[in-house]
Amino acid sequence: MSEQQWTDAAAVDDVPADDVIAVLVGGNEVALYSVEGSVYATDNICTHGHARLCEGFLEGHEIECPLHQGKFDVRNGAPTCAPVTEAIRSYPVKIEGGRVFLSLG
Amino acid sequence: MSAEEKTIVIVGAGQAGGWAAQTLRGEGFGGNIVLIGDEAHRPYERPPLSKSVLAGEALPETTRLQKPEAFDALNVDWRPRVSATRIDRSAKQLHLSGGNVVGYDKLILCTGGRARKPGIPGSELPGVFTLRNLDDAAALGAALAPDKRLLVIGGGWIGLEVAATTRRKGLDVTVVEAMQRLCERTVPPEISGYLQRLHVSNGVRVELGTGIERLAQGADGTGLIATLVDGRTLACDVVLAGIGLIANDELAREAGLQCEGGIVVDPQCRSSDPNILAAGDVAVWHCERAGRRMRLESWQNAQEQGIAAARSALGMAVNHQPLPWFWSDQYGINLQIFGMPAPEHHRVVRGDMESDSFVVFFLDAGKVVAALGPNAARDLRFARRLIERGASVDAGQLADLQIPMSKL
Repeated sequence: MSEQQWTDAAAVDDVPADDVIAVLVGGNEVALYSVEGSVYATDNICTHGHARLCEGFLEGHEIECPLHQGKFDVRNGAPTCAPVTEAIRSYPVKIEGGRVFLSLG
Repeated sequence: MSAEEKTIVIVGAGQAGGWAAQTLRGEGFGGNIVLIGDEAHRPYERPPLSKSVLAGEALPETTRLQKPEAFDALNVDWRPRVSATRIDRSAKQLHLSGGNVVGYDKLILCTGGRARKPGIPGSELPGVFTLRNLDDAAALGAALAPDKRLLVIGGGWIGLEVAATTRRKGLDVTVVEAMQRLCERTVPPEISGYLQRLHVSNGVRVELGTGIERLAQGADGTGLIATLVDGRTLACDVVLAGIGLIANDELAREAGLQCEGGIVVDPQCRSSDPNILAAGDVAVWHCERAGRRMRLESWQNAQEQGIAAARSALGMAVNHQPLPWFWSDQYGINLQIFGMPAPEHHRVVRGDMESDSFVVFFLDAGKVVAALGPNAARDLRFARRLIERGASVDAGQLADLQIPMSKL
């Protein structure tokens, strides 16, 4: 794998435990999730109805869209419940010095 | 049913039929799937037809269930612009328009419904519309220039959403509703009042407890004149009738299947013929939460019953008893309803009903059985959990904004 570019997205403390927030990174809205002490990142806009996942409902590793209750696995963006059929883009995350860095690829 | 030679035929390529096809493949069914649709379109969702698609803010293809390549990958024998004309139950064959016949091992009827037409003089005039499918939305949208006057017959969800969409485009809009309040069939009086205030404050004229007796061409040859039952007249250019849905159950009825304003099915989605299933707007089933047989005309039911019918056709265990869930978008407000609010339920309000975000809970014997509210998706998601758990909740705590919903 070629060397990854890491972009500073937020402070780790900005992401409440077992919850989701949205941040603007490189002009795109990204949702950051904190689950069991790990941080995950996906695009913030649902692939189905264009709702904002940061307004959704995080249960374990699944984020549920606030509009139509579609679900994604926040670890890899895979769709896990109808109506979503298309994966949402997920981003590699690393934590350094209390900051959340994303590889936007 | 896993044998490769089996055939499952789905009649109706709407949301329920589309999800049935998707689910059959998702569950590993390798046989033939024939999908009969009388429209030219691949399966799509209808909610945007009265909102973003009608407003011209979203392209029709954004409503599709699957991307075309994903739909093609399902390897479904899709027959667009074809309708089913007769079921031969003894031969297990379906006759199609154009004369073709297809055999089935299981038949899933997702024939949906059609918009009820206003049975009044003048309802066939140009400029009078109903709204059910993509082509209807395109035709209505083309007629809605900002300088036009729209008359909406029926103060239900379709009518109100079209009123909101068109009012935002600048049209002059009047809603005429025969009952004494808006959405009388689905929401309690205070929510009808909320909806009425919302529309009136956005400049819509709302006429309750009256109806349209006839429509006629305007005297100068342009526009329409609507005569109300009380004798008043109203000049308009476009009329939308949103007065309900008629289930397309003729195919089933003529085949001798039990129908009661739709095809009667059990929680396994089976009709009175176990080889024929039904799902979506056309299906009538016993809703445990409502305590009665009903059709559930909703996006959620079309999806979930379509999925359930497909699994049932494959011999999987299903018990279709969803927690009914419905939403409407009007003037940027998202109103959601979980469960079946009923007049006998005790009501608890969280927040200020004069504001644009609050929740109303409906309690039965101390348990939350339904909840609704505008712009409260997150709180309602927690409310849904309370309903699903059947938990007893203190009414004072529900109303207390100092206690987050997540802690209840």
